[in-house]
Amino acid sequence: MIRLFLAGLAFVLSCMIASAQTATLQPVLQEHGALIAKSSRKTIAPAIDAIATSGVPQAQVFLEQWAGKNIWMRKSDGVFFIGEKVGAKTYALTDIDGDAGFDGVSKSDLKQLKPNSGVRAMIQTALVQFQLSDPDPLKRQDALTSIARDPEAGLLAPLRASIEGETDDILLTQKQRLERLLSIGYDPDTAERVAAIKDMSGDLGVDVRAAVNPLLRTTREVTGTELPQDRNIASILTPGSESLTETAAYELLVAKDLAPPLTTPDTLRAALAANIDQGRVGGIPVAQLDSDEKRGAAYAALAQAGLVSPLVTEADIKTALSKHIFFDAYNEPSSDVTDTAKEALKTIEAKVAANQVLDLTLDALSLASIYFLAAIGLAITFGVMGVINMAHGEFIMMGAYTGYVVQQIILDNTVSIIVAIPLAFAVTFAAGVAMERLVIRWLYSRPLETLLATFGISIALQQLAKNIFGTQARPLTAPGWLDGAWVINDVVSISYIRIAIFVLAFVFLAIFLFIMKRTRLGLETRAVTQNPRMAASMGINPGRVNMLTFGLGSGIAGVAGVAIGLFAKVTSELGNDYIVQSFMTVVVGGVGNIWGTLAGAAMIGFLQKGIEWFNPSNTLAAQTFMIVFIIIFIQFRPRGIIALKGRAAGD
Amino acid sequence: MQRSFIARNPSVLLFLALLALFTLVVTVLSEGFGVGVISTSFVKTLGKTLCLCLVAVAMDLVWGFTGILSLGHFAFFGIGGYMIGMWLMYERTRLIVVQSLSQAEIPPTPTEVVDAIGNQIFGVVGSSEFPWIWGFADSLFLQLILVVLVPGLLALVFGWLAFRSRVAGVYLSILTQAMTLALALYLFQNDSGLRGNNGLSGLQNLPNVSAPQSVVSLWFFWGSAFALAIGYLLAAWLVSGKFGSVIRGIRDNEARVRFLGYSVEIYKLMIFTLTAMIAGIAGALYYPQAGIINPAEIAPIASIYLAVWVAIGGRGRLYGAVIGAAFVSLLSTWFTGGQAPDIQLGFYTIKWVDWWLVLLGLSFVGVTLFAPKGMGGLVDLWTARRTPNRHGADLGPDAGSLREAEAKQ
Repeated sequence: MIRLFLAGLAFVLSCMIASAQTATLQPVLQEHGALIAKSSRKTIAPAIDAIATSGVPQAQVFLEQWAGKNIWMRKSDGVFFIGEKVGAKTYALTDIDGDAGFDGVSKSDLKQLKPNSGVRAMIQTALVQFQLSDPDPLKRQDALTSIARDPEAGLLAPLRASIEGETDDILLTQKQRLERLLSIGYDPDTAERVAAIKDMSGDLGVDVRAAVNPLLRTTREVTGTELPQDRNIASILTPGSESLTETAAYELLVAKDLAPPLTTPDTLRAALAANIDQGRVGGIPVAQLDSDEKRGAAYAALAQAGLVSPLVTEADIKTALSKHIFFDAYNEPSSDVTDTAKEALKTIEAKVAANQVLDLTLDALSLASIYFLAAIGLAITFGVMGVINMAHGEFIMMGAYTGYVVQQIILDNTVSIIVAIPLAFAVTFAAGVAMERLVIRWLYSRPLETLLATFGISIALQQLAKNIFGTQARPLTAPGWLDGAWVINDVVSISYIRIAIFVLAFVFLAIFLFIMKRTRLGLETRAVTQNPRMAASMGINPGRVNMLTFGLGSGIAGVAGVAIGLFAKVTSELGNDYIVQSFMTVVVGGVGNIWGTLAGAAMIGFLQKGIEWFNPSNTLAAQTFMIVFIIIFIQFRPRGIIALKGRAAGD
Repeated sequence: MQRSFIARNPSVLLFLALLALFTLVVTVLSEGFGVGVISTSFVKTLGKTLCLCLVAVAMDLVWGFTGILSLGHFAFFGIGGYMIGMWLMYERTRLIVVQSLSQAEIPPTPTEVVDAIGNQIFGVVGSSEFPWIWGFADSLFLQLILVVLVPGLLALVFGWLAFRSRVAGVYLSILTQAMTLALALYLFQNDSGLRGNNGLSGLQNLPNVSAPQSVVSLWFFWGSAFALAIGYLLAAWLVSGKFGSVIRGIRDNEARVRFLGYSVEIYKLMIFTLTAMIAGIAGALYYPQAGIINPAEIAPIASIYLAVWVAIGGRGRLYGAVIGAAFVSLLSTWFTGGQAPDIQLGFYTIKWVDWWLVLLGLSFVGVTLFAPKGMGGLVDLWTARRTPNRHGADLGPDAGSLREAEAKQ
């Protein structure tokens, strides 16, 4: 049926185009000359239709120029021209059908057509059908985008007509999809709409939901007698239920003039104030009107005297409500359509929910990898060496600032990031070694004092960064190929930066494992960690090993800083945002075990995103609850998810 | 042989005497009652410093004597401030509301008054309802109880959870820091019921008091001095007795104290809760002098500064905490207030507003490394020069060691 219709339409159109090769537009214009000259939104429709369906190739040009206010009418004979200003008061006229034009026509002989915005919108709609079959694919794409942005009933037919002749595969799919979407809303045939809804019911696109949702919009109505038969009723409501409170129901009655309005405390007070008579209202002294009972009594007295309308009592409300039936009715009259739409939405929502879970998982993974990156350096200094480094956050900040400085010197973003990563490692490695040599070395037996001393360094470094770089945030721009996001569908997407950070986290994990398990430094570090004196008697220099290990942990923090700087603003307080979470990650995961840190980061990331999902607008609350949860978690596993056992556990 | 508490702790008497003298001098020099040499704002600064000294004493009890490095005591301090701030704000707004509503033709009902107060207080966070935590805000007495009760309960619950699972050392520090962060983040939300990051303001205006600020500031100064005196006495009494011996034992070797049969957890919990209460009281005295409280005050950094003061002053001795808090916070005010002269280096001018934190951080590292006893350690230099007084007993364990009489020579 529909195919036949389409084929017929296409046939008619192509005939028109064929026969129009020699035709001219001016006669068509003259036929509707008066309407065009008037350009009023109410009456212009037949004229635009006539031009659009004339089949004359110039019609498109004319419509475009008309919308652009470039069409002028010669006053003497009413012929339309495309006008172009050449002199102060003179215009050059071009004939619409390509005949010879005129130069230097005085403005006083002409009248400009100035279509208002309503008319212009109608012209644009008419133009769409030309653009849909324009030879330039970009123009066709533009037309499709504009239809998708604001769909209209009148666009359905030209869209369908243009599908047949479409040569570009991508545009063809887009057109077919758009045709289905328009059919849902605007096809005159109910069966066709139902079919269109069914066709689209598995689709995740936001546009599908935008097309289907309006079909299920309802209006809340009330009737005194019985339900109207001609309405498509969604549900019948009982006042006092969850979906319709008694107050709301009564307000609806008042709005429909079916019941007298309630007296609010404000109107009551105003009524009392308006009826003060010699310092008394209804016989009660004004000074006593400071309680609801007295006010009620005074108002009742006024009502008895006929000065104000009587109060609406609870019983009045009850009777009024019981006399009426409340119901929600669909704006869409066809119940077939609404039923199908409901069904389709249910399917779509189930799919959307599944995809949201997937999206949330991706978000959580990326957050977990950020925490892992921030914590992995700490996992070395705190986890392996047992040194509390409160300046760890500042090392992250130093790394980020190194990246910023490198970007000031090397302008190419890709190169600068490649340079910045080893440089950040070098800078923070040096800072870490210096700190270990100068401060931490003397405090190995006093962990609490290490905490305080490194905190002193932390505030000094923070203020130093503030003095050098100022308080405003500095940008660290990601290379162009990291811009954008990997969009799987309208629900699931993840930005490339986050994927890069995810990859980086795994690279770090691999590097850490390699160093710890496969290199001499790793072996010596593990030996010194377990028993420094025994290690020393085996010929290992514990001082040197500690220095290098601490430098390694700090260096990794610096590289993490470059990565974090790519998506967060680089400020001197960058480290503050990560220090507590990093410690939490290490402690929750289990000190001294890299897999524990990984598990801790994953747990915290998933937890935070999970809590955010319940209350998306409030990330502060998510962080609060996450920390509270961690405090409780520590109760049950004080040594973290993966606890060291036996001698390695220390004590 | 029982000697009096004061005789055993002569430093307490000295401290109280100095504090009384200081209070007297400030009163005489103040604008409110004296010759007006000290401005009202400086009286407030001094009063606030005394409150900080009090919370430092609490910190010293919990860290210097018991060995629990709590990074959460400034949160308790802030909670105390919030509790008193709620009453101050409610009562003052109520007076204003009643005043303005009394202009209306019809006198207001109590509900209307409460609604109008809610509108005034919570307008900035887009609400007008009173959250449940403001349930007692209309009663000064109840709020004053809450000043002690809320920090105490929070510390009790948190401490019970933490100590029960034997979280100790740096883990406990990190956990307390996390608690502080969670509390600060919670208060930053607009729907926390405490006006989000706007905090509570206008606290310096006491309701129903018409005295000028110069007088009110002195009242608070006296109150702070009195609270510090009582707090110091209480702390000194605690640490001088058996309780003090046990908590010092816990600090030095927790396992041994446990093996001796003491319930370490109970002792820790008691000291943690008690110091939280003291911190709450200090906060309740501090914030009416500061005039405003917001969640930024509670941020973990503040608690760490508290530890810095105690460490610089010298932990493990009460006067050390007081000296540290007073010295560092006053110095900090001086430097960051722009009063310190800039240093010209020719190629660069050191502005202390920018460089003070660098200096503080580095000097803190220096104190930790080279002078773990802090400023209080200076007192040792002096006492070490005096001859020991052992009342005729041996100076050492062996019979052959020096006698007191010999040492005097």
